[in-house]
Amino acid sequence: MRKAFTSSSFALAALLTAGAPARADGTINLIDLAELSGSGATVGTNFKNGVDLAAEEINAKGGILGAKIVVTHVDTQSSAGVAKGQAEKALDSAPYALLGPGYSGSVKVVAPLAAEAGLTEIMGGEAADLTRAGNAFLFRTSFGQQSSMPKIAKYIAETLKAKTAAVVYVNNDFGKGGHDAILKEFAARGIKVLVDDSTEAGQADFAADALKVKTANPDVVFIYLNEEESARILKELRKADVKAPLVGETTLIGQKVIELAGDAANGALGHVGLTTDAPVPALKAYRDKFVAKYNYVPDHNGIKGYLAVYMIKAATEKMGKLDPKNLAATLHGLTITADKEPGILMDVTIDGNGDLDRESFLGEVVNGKQVIKEVLPKLKN
Amino acid sequence: MSHFLGSRASWLAGLLLLAFLLLAPLEFHRYGLYILSQWAVMTIAAIGLNLTLGYAGQVSLAQGAFVGVGAYSAAILTTQGWPLGLAILVAIALCFAIGWILGYPALRVQHHYLAFVTLAFSTLAFLVFRNEAWLTGGTDGIDGVPRPVILGISTKPHLAYYYFCLLVLALVGLAMLWLVRSPWGRAFVALRENPLRALSLGVDTRRYTLMAFAIGASLGGLAGALYAPLVGLVEPPVFTLALSLSLLMMVIVGGSGYFLGPFLGAMVAVLLPEWLRFLESYYLILYSLLVMGLLIYSPTGLIGILDRFLTHRRTRAASAARASLGASIERP
Amino acid sequence: MANFIAIVIAGLATGALYALVAVGFTLLWQTSQTINFAQGEFVMLPAFFMLAAMNAGLPFWAAIVIGFVLSTAILGFAFKLLLVDPMLPHGVLPLAIATMALSTFLKELVKTFYSAEASPFPSIAPEGDLHIFGVSIALQNIVVLVVAIAAVAALQFLLSRTRLGRQMQAAAQNPTVARILGVPVERMILYSFLINGALVALASLLISPIYLAKFTNGETLGLAAFIAAIVGGFNQIRGAIAGGLLLGVVDNLSAAYVSTQYRGAIPMVLLIVVILFRPSGLLGRPEERSV
Repeated sequence: MRKAFTSSSFALAALLTAGAPARADGTINLIDLAELSGSGATVGTNFKNGVDLAAEEINAKGGILGAKIVVTHVDTQSSAGVAKGQAEKALDSAPYALLGPGYSGSVKVVAPLAAEAGLTEIMGGEAADLTRAGNAFLFRTSFGQQSSMPKIAKYIAETLKAKTAAVVYVNNDFGKGGHDAILKEFAARGIKVLVDDSTEAGQADFAADALKVKTANPDVVFIYLNEEESARILKELRKADVKAPLVGETTLIGQKVIELAGDAANGALGHVGLTTDAPVPALKAYRDKFVAKYNYVPDHNGIKGYLAVYMIKAATEKMGKLDPKNLAATLHGLTITADKEPGILMDVTIDGNGDLDRESFLGEVVNGKQVIKEVLPKLKN
Repeated sequence: MSHFLGSRASWLAGLLLLAFLLLAPLEFHRYGLYILSQWAVMTIAAIGLNLTLGYAGQVSLAQGAFVGVGAYSAAILTTQGWPLGLAILVAIALCFAIGWILGYPALRVQHHYLAFVTLAFSTLAFLVFRNEAWLTGGTDGIDGVPRPVILGISTKPHLAYYYFCLLVLALVGLAMLWLVRSPWGRAFVALRENPLRALSLGVDTRRYTLMAFAIGASLGGLAGALYAPLVGLVEPPVFTLALSLSLLMMVIVGGSGYFLGPFLGAMVAVLLPEWLRFLESYYLILYSLLVMGLLIYSPTGLIGILDRFLTHRRTRAASAARASLGASIERP
Repeated sequence: MANFIAIVIAGLATGALYALVAVGFTLLWQTSQTINFAQGEFVMLPAFFMLAAMNAGLPFWAAIVIGFVLSTAILGFAFKLLLVDPMLPHGVLPLAIATMALSTFLKELVKTFYSAEASPFPSIAPEGDLHIFGVSIALQNIVVLVVAIAAVAALQFLLSRTRLGRQMQAAAQNPTVARILGVPVERMILYSFLINGALVALASLLISPIYLAKFTNGETLGLAAFIAAIVGGFNQIRGAIAGGLLLGVVDNLSAAYVSTQYRGAIPMVLLIVVILFRPSGLLGRPEERSV
C-alpha cells in the first residue's frame, strides 16, 4: 500500500511537471497564453493561428538566427485566475518569451509575474492602463486605447461635426478602458454624452439598449463592444431605425461582424489599427496566406499573433544572438520597417512603455465589405 | 458512516493520504503547488456546502457568492494593511450573517425554491462585485493581495502558502468531524431525513436550518479569504453561478453527506481537469458525461460507491459467518 | 411615447419567447417532477440541428422540419429514456443536478463539434418595420409575438379541451388515481417530454435570428425560463405564460429607463420578492407538502 502511494505520488509529480520542454540551444521556445475556450475563444484562437502561421513561415526559412521556433499554446479559458496558474507553469519551463494573453484582465495578472522573472511578454490586450504600470517587459501588438480614442474623437468632432453622442460599451476591462478614454476625449472637445449605456459581455438581447439610444436621438453613436455583441446591437439599431452614424473600433466593423450582422452593418464606421481590408499589399498578402491555411479570414487578433512573433524575430536579429534577457531592452525604441522585415506588415515604432506607433485607418462598411476611407499616419516618424 | 471511519483500514488510508499531502509537494514545481493549494481551498468551500446540502438537506446555489464575499473582504482589508487573520474573522462573520438572513426564506419554501433564491443571490452578488467600483474595484477587481506572514514565516513562496492552506483545511476538517458527531450533527441529519418528524420530536427545525446554512456559508467565506492571497487578484468573473455549480458538483460527485465526500469531489473537479488537459477541448464533455453517469449509477457519489462495496463485503462476510455458525450449531 | 410603446412591444416579444421556454419547463415539472436545468441549452441546440441540415444543402423549410424532428426525438424521447427514467427513483435533487451536468455537456458538444463562434441564422420573419400611429415596430417582433402566443394557445387548447389533454392533466395532478381510472400515465409523461422537445425547437427557431446561433445562448434563456416559471406560478401553465411576458417587459423597461449596470438584478429581485411573499407564484395554486 505504501509503495503504491509513493510511486503514485511521484507519478503525480511527473505528470504535473510534464510538458516542460527541455530547452536545448538551437530552439526558441515560445509559450502562448491564449483564450482557447470560454468567452474569449474567438480572440485566443485567432491569435494562436496567427502565431502558428508566423512560426511556420520563419522556420521554413531557417528559423531565427538558425534556431527553430517551438510554440506551446496554453488555454487560459478566458479567466485571469487560470491565466495566472498557466503563467506560473510557463515560467517553470523558462521560455524565450511569452505571448498573449489577449484579454486585458488576464494580461494584468500575468504581466507582473513575467516582469519579475525578466521575461518579455508580447500580448494582445488593448486596455489603456496595461502600459501605464511601469512594466519594462510588456509590449503591445495593437494600439492602446490611449492612442486610438483621440483619433476617433477627432474624427467625430471634426469630420462628423457631432455635438451630442451616445456611448454603448461592454462592462469589462476592455470596454471600460475604452469608455473612460472616449469620455475624456469627448469632454475635452465639448461633445455632450446623452446616453452612457453599459452592457454585459456575452449579452444577447440589445433591444432595450437600441431603443434607449433612439429615444435620446444623439448626433453620433459610439459603440465599443466585442464582435458578436457588436453584430447584435447593429441589428437592433437597424430594427429601431436609428439614423445617426455609428462609430466604433476594429470590433465594430471587422469581417466577423459584417458576416453576422448582414445588411445592418452597412454604414458603420470604425477606426481600425489592424485589418486585412487595408489598402496595404502586405496585409492583403497576409490575408491570402491565412485563408489558404485556415479557411477563414483573420480578424485583428489573427494579425496580432503573427506580428508578435515577427517582433521577436526583428529584435533578436538586431541583437545578433539568442538573448532572452535583453530582448525587452532591444524592443524599446525599436523601429521595424516593412521593407527590411516584411513579416511586420507595416512600419512600427515601439516606445519605452511598450506602446506602438503605426499607421491606422478609418473604415466604413459599404455593401457588406469593409472599405478604407482614410489613412491616418503615424504620430511620429 | 461512523463504522467506515472507525475501521483500521480507513485510518491507515487516511494517514497515508496525509503523508502524501505533506511530503509529495516538496517534489512539485510552483504550478503543481498552486493547483494543490486551489484544491485545498475549494475543499473547504465544498465542506461548507456538504454541511448545508449533504447533512441538512438544503439546496444552495450561492456558495460561490459566499466565496466571493470572503475573497473580497480579505482583499479589501489586506490591501489596506490589515492582517489576514482579521480578514478571515471578518469573512466568516459576514458570511455567517448573510447566510442567516438568506436562510430565512428557506423556512417558508422547500428544496427547489431555495435553489432559486440562492441562484438569485448569486447573480446579485456578482453584480455588486462588478458595479460597486468604489468598494470592489469594479471590473478590474483588486490587485496585489499580499500573502500573510504567519509566526514570522512569509508565505510568499508557494510551498509555504500551501502548508498554510493545508493546515486550515485540517482544522476545518476536525471541526466538521466534531460537529457532525455532536448532538447538533444528529439534529442536522434528522432535518434532512424527515423534517416534519423532527419537528414533532421537539427539534427546532427553524434554528437548525438557519444554523446549517449559515455555517456552510461561513466556510465558503473562509475559503474565499484563503483564495485571495493565493491568486493575488480578486475579480468578479470568478465568483459567478458557475463556481456555485462547480462546488455543488464537487459535493455530489464526492458523495453528499459523507465526511470525505468534499475532499474527493474537489480532487475530481480541480485535479482531474489538469490531468485530462491533454484532451483539450474534449475534457469538459467527458467530465460532464462522467458526472451524469455517476449520478445515474450512484447518486450518493463516489464515496457512496465505496460505502456500498464495503457494506456489501461486510454483509457477505457476516452472513457467511452466520451460515458457518449455524452449521456448527446444527451438529449435535 | 412612441419609443415607450416600442420598448413595451419589444419586451412582450422577448417575454413571449421566455413564456414558450417556461411553459415547457413547467410541463416537465408538473408531470414528472423533473427540474430541467438544461432547458436553456435545449433551446440553444435545435438551431444547430437546422444549421447543420442547411450546411448539408437542404433548403430552410426542410431544415426546420429536421430540427423539430431531431429535437423531439433527442431532447424529448432520448432525454426521458436515458437520463430521467433511471434517475427519477433517486429523487428530485440528483436529477436536477444531472441536468446541470447535461447543460455543460450540450454546450461543450456544440462548441467543439460545430463552432465556438456565433453563426448567423435566417429569420422566418421579413426585415423591416411596421409604422402604425407614429410608432415604429419591427416586423420580427410582431412575428415572434404572434407565433409564440399561437403555440401556447394551441397547447392550452390541447390540455383543456381535448381528451388527451385532460388525461395529461389527470396524470400530472394525481397519478395514482389516474392510473386507477385507466389513464396510461407513463405515456402521458412521455407526451409531455415530446411536447417540450417541440416547444424548445420553436423557441430556437424564433430566437436564433436575434441572438445569433451560439453555444452560450442557453445561459440567459434558461435562467429567464426558471424565473418566469416561478414568478408566474410553478404549477400552472397559465402562470408560465404570465411570468414570461411580465419578465420580458420588466427587463426591457428597466434596461431602458433604470441603470443598465444593474439590469440583471431586476428579475432577481422580482424572483426573491415573489418567493418571499407569494411562493406559489402570481397565478399559482399553493402546494401542499406531503407528510
